[in-house]
Amino acid sequence: MSKFFHFYGGVHPNESKISSGVPIAEPPLYPLYTVPLSMHIGAPAKALVSVGDKVLKGQRIGEPASFVSSNIHSPTSGKIKSMGTCLGPMGNQLPCVVIESDGEDKEAEPLPPILNWRDSDPQTLRNRVAEAGIVGMGGASFPTPVKLSVPPGKMIDTLIINGVECEPCLTADHRLMLEAPKMILDGVSIVANLLQVKNVFIGIEDNKPDAIALLTKEAASYSNPEIHIAPLHVRYPQGAEKQLIYAITKRQVPSGGLPADVHCVVQNIGSSFAIAEAVIKGKPLYERVTTVTGTPLVAPGNWRFRVGTSYAEAIKLAGGLKEGAQIGKLISGGPMMGFAVYSQEIPVMKNTSGILLMSPDEIHQYTSKSCLRCGRCNDVCPMQLMPGILSVQIENERFDDAQNWHVMDCIECGCCAYTCPAGRPLVQHMRRAKAEVGAKLRAAKAAADAAKAAADAAKAAADGKNAK
Amino acid sequence: MSEDAKNTMEAQTAPATQQPKPTAEPAKTQPSMPGLIVSSSPHFHTHDTVESIMRWVIIALLPACLAGIYFFGLGALRVLAICTVASLAFEYLSAKAMGKSNELKDGSAAVTGLLLGMNLPSSTPWWICVIGCFMAIVVGKMIYGGLGCNPFNPALVGRVALLLAFPVVMTTWPMPRVPQCLANDAPIVATTSATPAQSDDPADAALMPTTTATPLKYSKLARTNKTAATLLEDCTPANQKPFINYWQMFLGIGKGGSLGETCGLALLIGGVLLVMLNIVRWQIPVFYLATMTIITGIAWIAAPESYANPVFHLLSGGVLLGAFFMATDMVTTPLSRTGAIVFGIGCGILTACIRLWGSYPEGVSFSILIMNAFTPLIDRFTAGKPFGMPKKKGIAMPKA
Repeated sequence: MSKFFHFYGGVHPNESKISSGVPIAEPPLYPLYTVPLSMHIGAPAKALVSVGDKVLKGQRIGEPASFVSSNIHSPTSGKIKSMGTCLGPMGNQLPCVVIESDGEDKEAEPLPPILNWRDSDPQTLRNRVAEAGIVGMGGASFPTPVKLSVPPGKMIDTLIINGVECEPCLTADHRLMLEAPKMILDGVSIVANLLQVKNVFIGIEDNKPDAIALLTKEAASYSNPEIHIAPLHVRYPQGAEKQLIYAITKRQVPSGGLPADVHCVVQNIGSSFAIAEAVIKGKPLYERVTTVTGTPLVAPGNWRFRVGTSYAEAIKLAGGLKEGAQIGKLISGGPMMGFAVYSQEIPVMKNTSGILLMSPDEIHQYTSKSCLRCGRCNDVCPMQLMPGILSVQIENERFDDAQNWHVMDCIECGCCAYTCPAGRPLVQHMRRAKAEVGAKLRAAKAAADAAKAAADAAKAAADGKNAK
Repeated sequence: MSEDAKNTMEAQTAPATQQPKPTAEPAKTQPSMPGLIVSSSPHFHTHDTVESIMRWVIIALLPACLAGIYFFGLGALRVLAICTVASLAFEYLSAKAMGKSNELKDGSAAVTGLLLGMNLPSSTPWWICVIGCFMAIVVGKMIYGGLGCNPFNPALVGRVALLLAFPVVMTTWPMPRVPQCLANDAPIVATTSATPAQSDDPADAALMPTTTATPLKYSKLARTNKTAATLLEDCTPANQKPFINYWQMFLGIGKGGSLGETCGLALLIGGVLLVMLNIVRWQIPVFYLATMTIITGIAWIAAPESYANPVFHLLSGGVLLGAFFMATDMVTTPLSRTGAIVFGIGCGILTACIRLWGSYPEGVSFSILIMNAFTPLIDRFTAGKPFGMPKKKGIAMPKA
């Protein structure tokens, strides 16, 4: 298949994928696992266990608290040591369950495997995805069952699997594609079956020719629907949902809309793998492949971590720090969109695609200067916004202007700040404006709703009076 | 939020002592590493800075400066040096007076000084240079808040202020040096410099045997003065080999003018360097020069006896310097590439009109300054359609 055109804008940072040749390894069993109950967007899961309870590996310990929420499963067998909160990668406190391993790693009864998934009805498969607690594993961690529930009135005709891994440094998806292509393709077929779509694409950037070749070869044996491998030019942020859909289908997700508005669903490689495991093996999601990388590490690599493993253990597993090396930044995720954290006591979660260490001399620290109006941000913004103008408006707290100049469409990919010669914290500005404008919009909506409710009540009262 | 807080927000390190204690027992009791830097994403950067950009601009200006020094001698070096030093000094003093941290090392003041110097005749007295720098740096830039906040190109503010205040000095062009090997070939117009007496322009009265007029001046005279018309004819294709003539103009041999604008080759080298480094948008010089060519071309075709041809226009005056270095100033030109096209076309139209029908022989400075004023409006109307937005281009004007 010929190469697809890429999207507008974007940048090409140094790829630094130093761990791409290291096979996925199994970490040892750790004595403690801190499992957050909020490893997904939406309401934190409701705990099903209490302190002192014995749990088995794969046993459900949290259930969805609302529609947009997820199941949580224990990563090992042992005792619930405590329940409270732990530090999350975004610096917030997350409700969590601390499990003390008993060293036996005894497995709970798995969910019954669905081997005839080709003939299963979508609802059964969707329920299984929900039971297994699967969320988007690319970073946003949106609960997958919600994503796979097509909103009423929407038609889905295309499934896109995101194997782009456009973040520099990360190699987890790449390794998974190389080591478990069959499982991934099964997962893709399951989702395609579930959604009843005919067009299935796996988007992979052409800096992973081995993965493209292997998946192309393996995909040949899949029919109904056929799975197409779509090689893409390396360009960050190709893996952003809207940009990937555009690169492959040339459809533009409308501003403020969802992929379903252009009849697409996008799934991550890791999620496809987890879906296959959940359906075929009945294994819930309690471990994932994570890249631990960075120049200060002795042996960067990829590991299949159980959720709740602390970053400190992961760093130790990667050989620890080189002689004389120091950590300047510890980043949860990749270098472009990851979160810099200030502690190593953060647990690996379902969406931890990478743990990146940067040495102090790699860090670009700067003083923000006035906008030079060089227009580079303008050239690279994949959403075609004007970050330079927006950031000046936001600095002056002119949020209405920023809204008018479409700040709410920003996807926070960081291309603008990456390229800004004046060292302006553009992403930070955008986030601030999005928070301010979002709060304003919600307040306006609440006020409108309240006014409507009041009007309805008055009308009902008037009707009641008339009826009397 | 104060300016300082904003500036240092990115560079803060989180002290280990301020960590919120997890209420649940942490997985491991090893103390967290102190001094981990926390900042907003992205954590990679191109490492391009204002300093690196300004450094490249200075490097790109050097060929034209060296050509100016070659043609006009130490006088040119003197003007460039005075302008650069005075600009840095004014930048330093204004930053002091404004209580801002001075940012001399970003090099923008040096660029402004160099550009202003290149726009002056090499005979300009030192005190006029200093006044120009004051207008450029203090009035043109710092009173608006410094680099990035000025609506008009500072070097052009300085130049136009001097042009209006000291018209005679600013239009007295010393004779350029002609290389020995070419001394026998008649330089384009320098040979005619002793006969401007026919002109009634006061500026020309100041012309001495050691000074000359610019080719543009002659093309202007050609329209207003019959005798001058013959002068022009003497030095345009009729009795000289056209190739030599334009080639000389391109190299700046024997061509009067500001010290940095005469050598087209040097300007082109620097301009192409900046375009290749993505420091200037190619759209501005290309559309500027193309528009100039078209308009002057139409005039020339319509009335070749009173208008010079487009090649003559492109190679004379400050249009190359303007198109590559002045009209491409980041701060005062539109952000988007579409905007850059509009800006370039606007500059081209204005320059051509001033040259063909205005009272000044040269219009580059004025046209760029006028287009600078339009920049915010161009930005608004050329704002790209955001991805996934059905709306047409541009941002609606705010309601009054």
